Parts: sequence; structure tokens; C-alpha cells
Amino acid sequence: MRASRAGEGGEELQAERREKGRRKRARSDQEATGKERDKEEQPKIKSSKAVKTRKNVKNEKTKEMEEKQEEEEGEAEERNVKGKKKHGSAKKETREEDGGKRTVKEKAREEKKKKRKKVVETSSEQVTSEEDDNEEEDNEEKEVRPESLTPEELEMLKEAVDERKKLIQGLRGKPWSMKKKLVTLRESQEFVEKYEGALGKGKGRKLYAYKVMMTKKWMKFQRDFENFKTACIPWEMKIKEIESHFGSSVASYFIFLRWMYGINMILFCLTFGLVMVPEALMGRPYGTIPRKTVPRAEAASAMDFAVLWDFGGYAQYSVLFYGYYNNQRAIGWLKFRMPLSYFLVGVGTVAYSYMVVIRTMARNANESGVGDDNSFNFSWKMFTSWDYLIGNPETADNKFASITTSFKEAILEEQESRKDDNIHLTRFLRVLANFLVLCCLAGSGYLIYFVVRRSQKFALDGLENHTWWERNEVNMVMSLLGMFCPMLFDVISALENYHPRVALQWQLGRIFALFLGNLYTFIIALMDEINLKREEEKIIKFNITTWEASLYNSTVSENSTAPPITIQPADVPRGPCWETMVGQEFVRLIISDTMTTYITLLIGDFLRAVLVRFLNYCWCWDLEAGFPSYSEFDVSGNVLGLIFNQGMIWMGAFYAPCLPALNVLRLHVSMYLQCWAVMCCNVPQERVFKASGSNNFYMAMLLVILFLSTLPAIYTIVTIPPSFDCGPFSGKKRMFDVIQETLESDFPAWFSKVFSYASNPGLVLPFILLMVLAIYYLQSTSKSYKEANVELKKKLQTQNEENKKKNKLAALKAQTDLEEARKTASQSAELHKNNSASRQDQEDGEEDHGSCQRQYHNKNGRHPPPPVRDQDGQLPATRAPVPRTYHHVNHGSPGYLPGFPRQSEPKMHRVPSLQRH
Amino acid sequence: MGTTASQLGKDMLSEYQELTFLTKQEILLAHKRFTELLTKDEKDLPNTRVSEERILTLPELKSNPFRKRICHVFSTSEYKDGSLTFEDFLDLLSAFSDSATLEIKSHYAFRIFDFDDDGTLDCGDLEKLVNCLTGETDDTRLTTEEMRQLISNILEESDIDKDGTVNLSEFQHVISRSPDFVSSFKIVL
Repeated sequence: MRASRAGEGGEELQAERREKGRRKRARSDQEATGKERDKEEQPKIKSSKAVKTRKNVKNEKTKEMEEKQEEEEGEAEERNVKGKKKHGSAKKETREEDGGKRTVKEKAREEKKKKRKKVVETSSEQVTSEEDDNEEEDNEEKEVRPESLTPEELEMLKEAVDERKKLIQGLRGKPWSMKKKLVTLRESQEFVEKYEGALGKGKGRKLYAYKVMMTKKWMKFQRDFENFKTACIPWEMKIKEIESHFGSSVASYFIFLRWMYGINMILFCLTFGLVMVPEALMGRPYGTIPRKTVPRAEAASAMDFAVLWDFGGYAQYSVLFYGYYNNQRAIGWLKFRMPLSYFLVGVGTVAYSYMVVIRTMARNANESGVGDDNSFNFSWKMFTSWDYLIGNPETADNKFASITTSFKEAILEEQESRKDDNIHLTRFLRVLANFLVLCCLAGSGYLIYFVVRRSQKFALDGLENHTWWERNEVNMVMSLLGMFCPMLFDVISALENYHPRVALQWQLGRIFALFLGNLYTFIIALMDEINLKREEEKIIKFNITTWEASLYNSTVSENSTAPPITIQPADVPRGPCWETMVGQEFVRLIISDTMTTYITLLIGDFLRAVLVRFLNYCWCWDLEAGFPSYSEFDVSGNVLGLIFNQGMIWMGAFYAPCLPALNVLRLHVSMYLQCWAVMCCNVPQERVFKASGSNNFYMAMLLVILFLSTLPAIYTIVTIPPSFDCGPFSGKKRMFDVIQETLESDFPAWFSKVFSYASNPGLVLPFILLMVLAIYYLQSTSKSYKEANVELKKKLQTQNEENKKKNKLAALKAQTDLEEARKTASQSAELHKNNSASRQDQEDGEEDHGSCQRQYHNKNGRHPPPPVRDQDGQLPATRAPVPRTYHHVNHGSPGYLPGFPRQSEPKMHRVPSLQRH
Repeated sequence: MGTTASQLGKDMLSEYQELTFLTKQEILLAHKRFTELLTKDEKDLPNTRVSEERILTLPELKSNPFRKRICHVFSTSEYKDGSLTFEDFLDLLSAFSDSATLEIKSHYAFRIFDFDDDGTLDCGDLEKLVNCLTGETDDTRLTTEEMRQLISNILEESDIDKDGTVNLSEFQHVISRSPDFVSSFKIVL
């Protein structure tokens, strides 16, 4: 169509008019001239219509786009026309041949209408009003030529454009239907596009247009980037699927798992990139020095799978463990400071973890800080308790049940009618339960200690003489304890008869204590072992010096000029290297922990589900509903497991740089495995908890674990001297000496001087004091803020209560007024009726009034919201004054009350009585 | 408009992105899921309405106690039959999406809870709401006494102007302080 128009050239305007005329006819907006023109150019219209129909076949959208373009063309032209009209009167004269100024203007209006109509067509909803139309029209007529505008008008235009832009941006936040939004969007976009270019003059205009274009591009880029970002979040779809089946609490575990995975990924990158890879690439290769070689005695079995599985043999003498690293100060052509890097990565791991955990906690606290008050307890239960993500009927049933119980509980709590039937018994039972739990904890602690000591004995005898169980006893016992003790606690907690929420907290606390106790017993046992190894080391060190001396003596006595005999590094006697031992212990612990987790998952969940599912066909009772049934997904237990696993990583990562890598692997596998297990063999929890409330609870636990796990690691680093012949710090008195060494040799002299001054107690102590003071200050300010908050809350509450009182008073007053009114009414009615002869009527009337009064009284009683509302509905307190006005207005008409269902009856009485007068 | 059939145009896609809180992938997924609900010859027609029953076969809505209300609120059909076009469907998903604002979520929540569409939550609405939340079975239902107590407690808390009903601003006031409304008022495909 556009092509044909271009061909027609000067006839364009006429075509436009034709179009307009057609539309106008459609709207039955009769225009004589238009009609005439239509008659003249009938065939052309037909052709254009034909084009139109052809287009209809096309995609509707493209048609619309073209239409829009068409229109814009038309508008541009129109602007042109008007410009000509304004500037050159001669040209206006020529235009007047075609229809005159009037028609041009009309045309413009009709153009508008056409657009309008299109909008209406598409929307099928008459959202836009004619007023709007006219306004815009005026606008258009005014602002056609930006050059002719005054600055104020320009400013106004700019404002209008900005307003539109804001509208576009805020459109998605409007609760309108999509059609309305689409229409508004298109309109506003059109408006903005049209007038944006008109703003500014000359150069400024170009710049403005450029700026606008760039912002548009930037927005688009941002949107694409947003899309890209969401597409990059791993496992998003998996988690959403779980979310829709099991609700947000189960999904929160997986989100937590993903978060952990992210942290471990970064830890892994740190250790892998800065420690393992440089040592493997640039350090001395395997077999050049004793610490990098498998000793002769172990060489035969170094490649056995059993040994490798225990992280002995070749695995022990590799970058995976502390002992492999050389104490060479700078390695490779990069002069990479290996020992320094090792130390800093160790410190950085801990520092980064602290930072991330605390930052997340702070963010969570910010988010949840808003909803701390308990003033909307019931309303929240009512309005926000449904989890819309639930897409599984079973979960939905459980949710129904839990909501009902929560309602009932809340009502009970409100009534405060919970009587403890036997407080002494429950107290006794609770003490007993705690005693039992303590026994369990102590027992498990002792068991671990015993097992670790026994394993040391086995280790002294040599591991080869013992069975598999005896070799892996420690880890197995720890894992088994971690598996069965929580079940035991669960049984014990049944004694206590706590509220489920409180019970869950106790349960979590106990499991936490158990894990922590186990971990610390393990560490204490490890410390014993470290001390043993260090004594062993002393002896070996002494032996080595004598051995070296003898070696030296023998070579000297044989031939003084001969080169020193090269001894195979595998043959050199070496110390026990307690750091590697610690690392190995942790790695084994992680491995066995992972294995038990997976095996329990497979047996406890999968096998159980399979058995229940298939044995159910041939069993005497319903297995699915009855005893074994399917397992639930235990969110809290799983989260605790994850947290402790992470604690072990933090503890052991310094001595075994491979730990973060292992953990990443483990988390990766558990993500898939657990997702699969949850989806295929778990049923939703019966007690459905909200995810948001517990988030920071878990985070706090993570922080505690982080602190508790870095404590022993830092203790060993600071107090125990490193082994003399293995690891990056060998030969130094303490591990952190590496910092001093670097300061002395790698930095200019003034720097170390400054550093030594800075580390002077005279400077450090005031600094610490200052920090303490700052903390104190911040603490007190936050406290005062909190107090102010509480104060404000109180004020609000008192105000609220006052309002309530006022309302009540008003209601009472209204009621008394009403009663008075009614009395007078009944009196006057009685008077009337006394005057009238019919007694029957009077009785009826009295009855009516009585019943109504009773009804009304009920409604304005102590409870503002009436208990049961039937169809005659609400007669709330605030509306009570209304009757007075009624009363005043209809002073002479007694018994005529609003909100009174049978108000016509007294009237009926009155009318006849009046007639009788 | 009206490109719901077969393919979404690029312009439509960007407009939908502009108008909803959904990302491109989500819109495409929604489109896919929506066209799956259509029969074969309906796919070629633009602006097809999908009846409420068919919308409710979506697993995401199947077990929601407010499913009918949700359809009803988001439907633009003149017959009030709860049928949805693709655009209504997008509106629904946008309001229930992760990134939708509290304001829009609470607005739609209010309309969903307003069972008689009169603009306020009165006792009848609240009662229906409680019944929805406690499920259809008799053992989870509240007794009338409990129901009365519950509703009077709710009105006590959230009916600020004491007119016996909860209106939109009161509702939004209550909701805005809730810690987990935004996280639970979500539906994802």
C-alpha cells in the first residue's frame, strides 16, 4: 500500500482523506465533503480495500505495524501541512483548493479518531475516553513544530514525555488486564516516540535523540542480560519443580545446598588456582625429593585400590595433602611464593567464609526485620498461610491439616485456657528426657574417644594386620552415631509433650550438640595423636642426624674427593608428618560421611519406597498408609548434615587442599541424587514449616560451626610447630613465620619497619580499645533505635486503642440515642394507636418494635463484629449515628429506622391511623 | 495483538516482557504450556479462550484451593466464566512471579479473597476463605464457635476503621508486614 502511495505521490493526501472518509462512515460521522470525495474516488477505495483484505490474511501483527507506520506517515504529512499552513500562506492557499483549512484540520481530527478507533477495535474495551482524545488532539495541534514552541511549552512537552515514560516503566506494576496495559503501552510509546525527537533544538536535538536511542538500547541490553542471568542460575528448574511439589520449605533446603555449592566453588577456585596448580606445574616434580616420593617400604602397595581409597600411597604423596608441598620460597619462572600463597589461601578461605555468612545473615535479618511484631498474628495466618507453590494434592492435604491446627492452636492460645493436667509429671518427664539425652551424648562422645584411641593402637601395630572394619572404625562409628542418635532423640522427645515448634527446636539443638560433641571428641583424639606423632618425630629427627652423620662419615672415609653418594629419595628416612595425617583423617571422614548419606538415601528412601510400593499388592495391611509408608524429606536433619559437613571442610582445608574440591563434587552429586530421591520416593512433610522463618536460624548455626571449626585449625596453626621435613613451612618454627620472612626479604626495608611499629603492642592495644569502643557505640545506638521503635509501636497501639474506645463510645451513644428515639417512637405510636380504636394493631406494632430492638441491641453489643451475619448483614458501630439524622429528618414518623428490615410495617400502621384522624 | 496462535512475534515478546514481571524464557514456556491446552484447530485462531476447566488441569493450579477464584479474577471474559486468553494467563503468571511487587501481589490476593467481588472482605468472604484454607474434609473443618472466634479476632486485628469489613488498604497494610507473603504468593510453571 505504501508503494502504491509513493507512486501516487501528490495524491497521497487524497488517499489519506479517503481512508479517513471510510472510517468516518463506519463511525456514522457524516461529512458531506468526505462523502463527495468518496463518490469521486470509489474505485481507488476499492483497490485499497482489496489491499486491506489481502493484508488480513497476513499476520495480524504485521498488519498493525504497517498501519501504525502508515499513520505515522500520515501524521508527519499532516504536520508538514500545518507547518506550511503556518509559515507560507501561499501554500495554504493551494491547500485550500483541496479542501481548505477547515478540512485540513478536520482531517487531523479524523486522523486522530481513526487512531482512536483502531485502538478501540483492538482493545474491544472502551478504555479511552473522548476527552482524552480531544486533549491529545490539542496537544498535537499545538506541538507540531518544535521550533515554534515557547520554552514553557517545550518544558511542558518534556514533562508529558517523561510522564509517559514513567508510565511505561511502571506499567507492569499496575493491576490492569493485559489488553489495557498493551493499549496504554502502545499509546505511550507512540507519544514518546513522536515527541521525543521534537525536544531540544539544533544540535541539542540530535544529542537528545541519540541519548534516547542509547537509553533504549541500554534498557534492551539490561533486559537481555537479566534473562541471561536467570538462565545461568544452576538447577533453577529442578528447584522450581520441587518447590511446586513440596512447598517452599523443602525447596529452601535445595536453595541452601546451591548456596553452599557456590561458596565451595569459590573456595575450590582459591585453593586449586593458587595452591594446587602452581605446585603441580612449577614445583619440583614427583620423585625429586623425599617428601614427594613414596617411601620404599610402601612403594609395593602404593597403587593398590584399598590404599588409595584410604588416601595413602600415591594419593598421600601428591598435591592433595600438605606434606607434598616444598618449602622452597619461590618456585618456577614466575617466582611464585608458594609457602606464602599456601598460608594466605588458608587464611583467605576462613575470612571469605566469615564474610559471606555474616553478610547473608545481615541481609536476611534486614528482610525479616520488618515482620517482627506479632500484632497481626491471626490475619497473617489467614491471608498468607497458603503456599501457592504447592501443586501436589498430598502436600495440599497436609497443608490443609497444618493450617487447621495452627488456627485451632491460635484460638486456644488466645483463650489462654490451656490447663496443664499434671505439671509435676510433665516436669519430671522433661527432666528425665533431658537426662536421657545427656546420657546419649556422653555415651556417643565416649564411644568416639574410645574408638579413636583404639585405632591409634591399631595404627601402631600396622594397619595390614587388621580387618576393614577395624581400619575404618572411627568414621563408621561417627556416621552411625550421626544416623541413629537423632532417631533416639526423636523417641525421647515424645516424652516431653512439647508444642511441635518447640519440640523441633529442642530436637535441632540436641542434634547440633551431638554433632558438635562428636566433632570435638574427634579433634581431641586427633590432638593426642598429633602429640604422639611429634614425639615420634623427635626420635626420628635424632635418628636421621646420626644416620646422615654415619653416611657422611662413611663417604669421607672411603674417598674424600668422590661426589656425595646420591641416595634415592625413597630411601631417605622421614618424619611422620602430622599435618598430612590430620588432612587424611578429615578426607576419610568426609568420604565416609558422604557414603553413609548416600547409602541411607538409597536404602532408607529408595529401597523402602520400592518395597512399600510393590509389596503392597501382596501384604496383609496397607503398607502405603500404614506402618512403614514412604519416608518424609527431613529438611532440618539434612540442613544440619550439610552444615556439619561444611564445618569439617573448614577445619581440614588447611591440611588437605583437596577438601574443597571433594566437597564440590559431593554437593554436586547430592544435588542430583537428592532431587531425584525427593521427587521419586519421598512424601511431603506432615508438619509443613515456613521456609523464611528458619533461614537465619540455619545461618546462625553455620556461623557457630564456622567459628568452632576454625578455632582448632587456628590453634594448631599457631601453637604447634610444623613438621621438619614436609610441607611448605618445614624448617620454620611456626607456620606464620612465613609472613615475617616475606616482609623481610620481599618488601623494602621501610615497610617492614612500619610493620614492626604497627605490630608494636603500644599501637595494637589502643587500636583494639578503639574497636571495642566503636562496637560499644554502635551497639548502644542500635539499642536506642530499637527502644525508639518499641516506643513508636506502643504509641501506635495506644492510638489504636483510643480510636477503638472512641468508636465504641460513639456506638454506645448512637445506641442510647436510638433507644430514646425508639421510645419516643413507640410512645407516639401508642398514642396514635390509643387514639385509634384498633387494639390488635397496637399489639402487633409493639411486638415488632420489641423484636427489632432486640435485634439491634445484639448488633451493637460488646462485640463490634457480630458473630453471625445473615443476609441483612452489617450494621457496624460507625454507621450507628446515621439513624439520628434519619430521625431528625423524619421527626414525625416514628419507627422509621434505617437498617431496619421491616421498616414498612410501622408506616403501614401510621398511614391508616392518620387516615383515621 | 492476537498472536497467541502458533508463534509469538518478537515484538509481542518484548512488549510482554515490558508489561509483565516475566523473563523471556518464562513467557515462552508459558506460551508453550498454554498452547498445549488448546485443541488443534483452536491453535490457529487468535485470542482463543481456554475454559476454566481446562486451565484447572494444570498441575500448578490443580490443588490450589483458590483455583476457581484465581481464574475468575484474571479472566477478562464478558461471561464471567473464568476462561482465560493467553494474555490473561500471562497476567496471572506475572502477578504470581518471583519478581512481582508486593503491591500487585497484595492487590490480586485481595481480589482472590473477595469472594463476592464487592470490594471488601466481609464476614462471608472471611468464612469462605477459612473454609478454603482448612480444606473440604469434615475433620479439618473448624466448628462454628471456632470460626466465629477466628473471624472476630481477624477483624479485631486488621479492621482498622472498624466498619466490620477489611478493605483493600487495610488488607495491604496487614500484608505488607508479613514476612512470608511474597515468598509464598508464587506460582511457577
